[in-house]
Amino acid sequence: MSLLDTVRDAAGRLTGHPEPGAVPDPLIGKPGAIGRSLPRIDGPRKVRGAARFAAEVPADGLLYAAVAYSAIARGRIAFLDTTAAERAPGVVLVMDHRNAPRLKPPALFMTKPQAAGASDLPIMQDDSIHWNGEAVAVVLAHTQEQAEHAAALVRATYEEAPATLDFEAAKRRSRHPDSVMGEKPVLEQGDAERALADAPVSVDLIFRTPRHSHAAIEPHAVTAWWEDGALVLHDATQVLNGVRWTLADMFGIAEDRVRVLSPFVGGGFGGKGSLWSHQVLAAAAAKLAGRPVRLNLSREGVFRLAGGRTPTEQRVALGAREDGTLLSLIHTGCVAMTPHNNCPEQFTFPARHLYRADAIRLEQSVADMDMLANTFMRAPGESVGTFALECALDELAEKLSLDPIELRRRLEPERDPTSGHEFSSRHLLRCFEMGAERFGWHRRAPTPGTRREGEWQIGLGVATATYPYQRMPGGAARIVLNRDGRAVVSMASHEMGMGTATAQSQAAADRLGLPVEDVTFEYGDTSLPAGTIAGGSSQTASIAAAVAAAAAVLATELLKLAGNDSPLAGLGVDEVEMRDGGIGAREQPDRHERYDSILRRAGRDELVADAKAPPPRELKRWSMHSFGAQFCEVRVSAVTGEVRVSRFLGAFDCGRILNPRTAASQFRGGIIMGLGLALTEETQFDPRSGRIMNPSLAEYHVPVHMDVPPIEVVWTEQPDPRAPLGARGIGEIGITGVGAAVANAVYNATGRRIRDLPITPDKLL
Amino acid sequence: MNPVSYVRAADAGAAVAMGAAAGTRYLGGGTNLVDLMRENVEAPSSLVDVCGLSAAIEDTPEGGLLIGGAARNSALAGHPAVRARFPLLSRAILAGASGQIRNMATVGGNILQRTRCTYFYDDAARCNKRAPGAGCDAIDGFNRIHAILGASSACVATHPSDMCVALAALDAEVMLSGPEGERRLPFEAVHRLPDGQPDRDTTLLPGELITAVRLPPLAAARRSAYRKVRDRASYAFALVSLAAAVELDAAGRLAEVRLALGGVAHKPWRARAAEAVLRGQVPDEIRLKEAAAAELAQASPLRDNGFKLVMVERLIVAVLSDLVAGNAGAAA
Ligand SMILES: Cc1cc2nc3c(=O)[nH]c(=O)nc-3n(C[C@H](O)[C@H](O)[C@H](O)COP(=O)(O)OP(=O)(O)OC[C@H]3O[C@@H](n4cnc5c(N)ncnc54)[C@H](O)[C@@H]3O)c2cc1C
Repeated sequence: MSLLDTVRDAAGRLTGHPEPGAVPDPLIGKPGAIGRSLPRIDGPRKVRGAARFAAEVPADGLLYAAVAYSAIARGRIAFLDTTAAERAPGVVLVMDHRNAPRLKPPALFMTKPQAAGASDLPIMQDDSIHWNGEAVAVVLAHTQEQAEHAAALVRATYEEAPATLDFEAAKRRSRHPDSVMGEKPVLEQGDAERALADAPVSVDLIFRTPRHSHAAIEPHAVTAWWEDGALVLHDATQVLNGVRWTLADMFGIAEDRVRVLSPFVGGGFGGKGSLWSHQVLAAAAAKLAGRPVRLNLSREGVFRLAGGRTPTEQRVALGAREDGTLLSLIHTGCVAMTPHNNCPEQFTFPARHLYRADAIRLEQSVADMDMLANTFMRAPGESVGTFALECALDELAEKLSLDPIELRRRLEPERDPTSGHEFSSRHLLRCFEMGAERFGWHRRAPTPGTRREGEWQIGLGVATATYPYQRMPGGAARIVLNRDGRAVVSMASHEMGMGTATAQSQAAADRLGLPVEDVTFEYGDTSLPAGTIAGGSSQTASIAAAVAAAAAVLATELLKLAGNDSPLAGLGVDEVEMRDGGIGAREQPDRHERYDSILRRAGRDELVADAKAPPPRELKRWSMHSFGAQFCEVRVSAVTGEVRVSRFLGAFDCGRILNPRTAASQFRGGIIMGLGLALTEETQFDPRSGRIMNPSLAEYHVPVHMDVPPIEVVWTEQPDPRAPLGARGIGEIGITGVGAAVANAVYNATGRRIRDLPITPDKLL
Repeated sequence: MNPVSYVRAADAGAAVAMGAAAGTRYLGGGTNLVDLMRENVEAPSSLVDVCGLSAAIEDTPEGGLLIGGAARNSALAGHPAVRARFPLLSRAILAGASGQIRNMATVGGNILQRTRCTYFYDDAARCNKRAPGAGCDAIDGFNRIHAILGASSACVATHPSDMCVALAALDAEVMLSGPEGERRLPFEAVHRLPDGQPDRDTTLLPGELITAVRLPPLAAARRSAYRKVRDRASYAFALVSLAAAVELDAAGRLAEVRLALGGVAHKPWRARAAEAVLRGQVPDEIRLKEAAAAELAQASPLRDNGFKLVMVERLIVAVLSDLVAGNAGAAA
């Protein structure tokens, strides 16, 4: 620890508002609103239809947009005929590359602090085509129906150029990406290949996962207009400030000339975590028309213009001693990507932190393809990476004649196996114990294919779940304390339905020592202090750290205001805490003054405190990850090969759970999405044309109610002493391990290993 | 979607009088036609809504049923006479689509719904059914859901209906009314194989309206089943489905057997070759496999759908064994 860190830690201990990670957050273990199952604050408004989503914002003179998509994957538009579209009823204008406003290309995500481009390809600036389905024209009309009709009248002919559309072929020219989300693409400890060759017991397996498309219930949508050269964009986004900065950069205007609002988002899952072309096209079209424009993507539009999860081919090889301990752990593979984005689907990340092994080799490569940029989709990397790794472990356990849980017990590391850091908090084995007991793991038949009811073969499977803790830099919060002692806490953060507003109201209430009714949490608007991306399961911690910093500023200001006529007189900020609607001396219950009293005496209507969150230094010092154990029971028809998941249980170790109700819903939602990954979801990308052939929810199969069994979720409730509030994130871990738990259960039921997803009936015949 | 005009027909005569005009289409629940219009696959200029025509479900003097063309799928599936006397029809309908769609969908519309071939749906792909002579991108494309029987070099699409598979097994008759007058068609003669003209799904003449479906009485229907294999537990089209009805004689032989397959051909596929093998026989596993083999003798699978042959055999064996054992509809 550096000298500076030591000083900061001491300061943190004194004020009770520490640099995150240095000392445990004082709210850990303190009773309050945190931990209560409050119903969602936004619930009643949503049920009544009063919550206004981006595609519902009214505007005078609003025009409706529809998109015409390219029918080739690569080349140029030879001829574009928009005359019929322009003459169609209700059409105001047609925008294409010839008349679109001149724009800079979007800055690619991670290349600048606020850059949010899903790709750095220019958007409608010339006649070149980069993927099948790219927008070639945008029609503006008085109604949505008129716009769609006219868009169908746009005629394009193309000069096709050779395109790379076959993953198999593209793989042969694969490359290492510059970085895999900030990590090196190759990690080697010892000679893992040699250790594998020498190992007494080993498995060496190839796994494949397909392309997935986002299918949030709310299609991507924007309503945009310009006011005196400033852009107002009502968006469905997970990255307000990134969208603002990137659009400002593209349009060449100051950042404060763009305002992005997104109070409600109908599901994001990563699909709304970037700036895609549709937001830019809507803003550009509104500028061209000089009128407000609404671009509400059709379901097909979501498939064609907003990317999804990329396909992977992964190798997992494990070399073990007879007792199961690993001599070698190899996880390598390739994913499809484009030269214009940087989302290498970090499937090797679980193997970096989960198991002890003498030698480790991890490698990720990418195969460049001419396709829509792939993107984040709930637990990018970990979802598909755990499929491969956890299936391989199951196969190894069988070879060793070990129970798969026992094998994981033997592989439990003391410290992070690749970084060498101490774990901030790790209770993976506890998850297995809790889950095994509640799920009845002992009922699993060790020999596959032996439990049967009529034609239905029954099997149990298990897998580890894991997802890293993240806290994004750059967030800031404001607390406005008003005369009646209530607080408004604000940050340009995101509510995509996961319960942000509710959980953050609870957290802020405890932070400020207020009842939760006296706290309002404001979010979803870039006119508020800057938020961070709601991605990487990071938002809860990112907001909490900023609010804690603002609360520390508020406490300092309050002490100044309190002055000498207060019971607090003479106390330093390191001697007080926020409690019971005011400030009190630590360990002196009677020495306390309420906020309203302090403000009134000082003649103040309100007190405002702004602060930035400290940088996430805790991530540098500890290995911080969430864990879980996924248990699955399947029934597989011996006649048809149909798989029905009959029971599921997830046991999670994610630090403190702020609101059990909203948390359980996140875990379940993740598991349900994992069932889709395991059994049904696959985007059909035609390797001849690069066309997505099933861009509809009729043919792109997400699980329906009948596919979803009763799902039980439990958690360890072990606070993480290094995370703000003691809470790591919970949004993504639910999907991890599910693919493997299902596949392992299918094996236990049938004796068949299916290593390429999804596990459709034909694969089990 | 093109602008269209819309009228509601008061009766069948009025509907047919309007329906004969070029560019006019009948509109049932709209759950298929409107989708196709929005995808720019169909572009009628006017719609004649026939939902107000007969939706009655009545007994016929010979002991069958007469079902109005406008009867909703849900109403038909839930009708007590259907459930008691033709349970496979009820099960087939309930295995299709979703509750909401079945509430809208009509009998006429269900029969005339079009294929779910994804190349048919995408106007950027080549499709002989959508644009005759354009070529077929499905033959060498994603063809997991496509036909294994009766396909042509022009088209490998399947008919997607579940209800129609049961109707094919039941020897239903379709009552038509058109500009040339009224006629009846045996159900098997309604849909056609693609041959060189895949744009024509059926043998209906331009402007012909389905006024009713007639089900003859069938004792075997009381011992019947419908089983559908699909990629998710509900709300997915059949990979393969089987409608079956049997009647056993005192010696345990099949006095009557009706078999029809879904998901395998351009039309609901009455499995007459399999029936011929089984009729008058004791349906043990060997015999059932023989029957399946007879039906599949002409099958020609594509790159992705060879599994359908296995599925067909498995279904025939499992469903008939269940029916014979008295577990009617055990696994519907
Ligand atoms: C997402 C989805 C999933 C589905 N899943 C299934 C499934 O699993 N199994 C299944 O079987 N079906 C399924 N369907 C299809 C559904 O059964 C059909 O859409 C429905 O039966 C069509 O009936 P309709 O009355 O809405 O027809 P419409 O859409 O109104 O019409 C369909 C066609 O029939 C014509 N027509 C309608 N009535 C008459 C008449 N009386 N005389 C002559 N012509 C007429 C129309 O002109 C049109 O060509 C699904 C549909 C959707 C959208």
